[in-house]
Amino acid sequence: MTATSSPTPVLQARGLVKRYGHVTAIDGADFDLLPGEVLAVIGDNGAGKTSLIKALTGALVPDAGEIRLNGKPITFSGPQSARAHGIETVYQDLAVAASMDIASNMFLGRELRRPGVLGSVFRMLDKKRMREEASEHMADLKIGLRSLTQSVETLSGGQRQAVAVARSVAWAGSVVVMDEPTAALGVKESGQVLDLIRRVRDKGLPVVLISHNMPHVFEIADRIHVHRLGKRAAVIKPSDYSMAEVVAIMTGALTVDEAGGTVVADSEAAKAAGVQAN
Amino acid sequence: MTATTTPPGTSSPYADLKAPTTLRRLLTAPTTGPLVALLLACAFFSISTDQFLTGGNFSLIVQQVMVVGTLAIGQTLIILTAGIDLSCGAVMAFGSIMIAKMAANGTLPPLVAIALGIAVCAGFGLVNGLLVQKIPLPPFIVTLGMLNVAFALTHIYSNEQTITSLPGPLTALGQTFPLGHTDITYGSLVTIALFLLLAYALSNTSWGRHVYALGNSQEAARLNGIRTSRLTIGIYAVAGLLYGIAALLLISRTGVGDPQAGQTDNLDSITAVVLGGTSLFGGRGSVLGTFIGVLIVGVFRNGLQLMGVASIYQTLITGVLVILAVTVDQISRKKSR
Repeated sequence: MTATSSPTPVLQARGLVKRYGHVTAIDGADFDLLPGEVLAVIGDNGAGKTSLIKALTGALVPDAGEIRLNGKPITFSGPQSARAHGIETVYQDLAVAASMDIASNMFLGRELRRPGVLGSVFRMLDKKRMREEASEHMADLKIGLRSLTQSVETLSGGQRQAVAVARSVAWAGSVVVMDEPTAALGVKESGQVLDLIRRVRDKGLPVVLISHNMPHVFEIADRIHVHRLGKRAAVIKPSDYSMAEVVAIMTGALTVDEAGGTVVADSEAAKAAGVQAN
Repeated sequence: MTATTTPPGTSSPYADLKAPTTLRRLLTAPTTGPLVALLLACAFFSISTDQFLTGGNFSLIVQQVMVVGTLAIGQTLIILTAGIDLSCGAVMAFGSIMIAKMAANGTLPPLVAIALGIAVCAGFGLVNGLLVQKIPLPPFIVTLGMLNVAFALTHIYSNEQTITSLPGPLTALGQTFPLGHTDITYGSLVTIALFLLLAYALSNTSWGRHVYALGNSQEAARLNGIRTSRLTIGIYAVAGLLYGIAALLLISRTGVGDPQAGQTDNLDSITAVVLGGTSLFGGRGSVLGTFIGVLIVGVFRNGLQLMGVASIYQTLITGVLVILAVTVDQISRKKSR
């Protein structure tokens, strides 16, 4: 049913299941991320989108189902193994070390050592090369921070988020996953981060964007994956639907059939959401 | 929609930062404050008493602080992770009694006794680390418990008796060599070498970066692929190893194994770390700062002593200094938010 002529998805999942005792967090979920797109993943609280994303980034191991990376089946033993395959995550709570400088943060956990004896015996860091490469990565995304030696805590929220994004992009070979990247930011800074996401996509790197912010999702997403009750309820194009309709799909008032048409599942709820059936 | 909100040619929205100048960076470096305090103290005592500014006196100050200084290196590592170690002095005392007793009654060759004593101290650190990380328990409680365990073991093992007539190798580090007109102990050199080694490791290796990252946010460090559990346990074990070396320095300085030794050294080491500008909240500070902090304590004690001030006032002044240092840390943290 998903076998169309579209290109091979970069990251794909079929029938993922994860149970915690009696609770089913992922209930046979499918997922498709196409090359070069921004795919928004939305869903109500408790819909299981966090669990889905965790499964896709190696943070949890699903009980059943298959994950494919560039068409090849793959299993992740942990976040490290997902990273090793080029899947990087930008976390909601900005996983940066505040008192450390920008270059150190970009290379945190992946420090470069000096060549020769200095590096192999004395374990000496190549600070200069890390600064230079960090600077290149920042320039690549048109993030103009004047000094890479200033500590991250001196930056604004948007700038910190930019550092976190640049770090992920620098290491991501296949996919960048961003978990609520604008949640903690003001209007202007959110705009800067959305611009940044566009630039990442324009580099050809596909982005999975988890967000609660409908206007942001509609502004930036190429497609929207709507998650409901532990599985994918629909994948839609933002141009085909209104925000109210997407919210209605999220809450179950509307369902989307195979052909992409909407079906009113709960007319009361649909009316309450201000949606008419097509 | 392909256009970005930043037209080419104009500055990026992120470029609203002032690059710090070298002077500015020097002035705001965390070790600048402590260093200025140290220099002021030295200037004050040089004027107040003419015995202060001599090579012999400085050699004495370093000897007086080398034991606490070595403990303070381990304490710095732990405080950088936002932990604290109350057990360091007691662990050191137990290590020194072990080394002294095993070597003095001829059970073991001196060098084996030394190695075993240092290893046992590292073992104490390892257990602290495991309890802090694996259970997990707050470092304050773990090390408070370990303080009592090590204190009791010291007294049980030694039968409350001071161990004298130690074999030569145990006190070798207390020997001196002349440098110009000043006699320097080998122990002072060991302490300075340890400071340099750990300063290098913290600022120039991945391990050092990871220690700071861990202290900033354990979660952030973990998400960046740092094995925080192993790192934390390792830091406590390395600290224990340093306490073991401090135990040997203690024996070499006093020439005996004294079960009463080191009882206030845990607080003295924390004092030195805090005076050196390392934040009790973790992630900020340096062993270079701690070295300055140790010297501040040493210089005040020594200078006030030379001026004939009773030792209880030295304690009073040290207390005031600590509160001042923590206040400065707290205020500068608030500013940087």
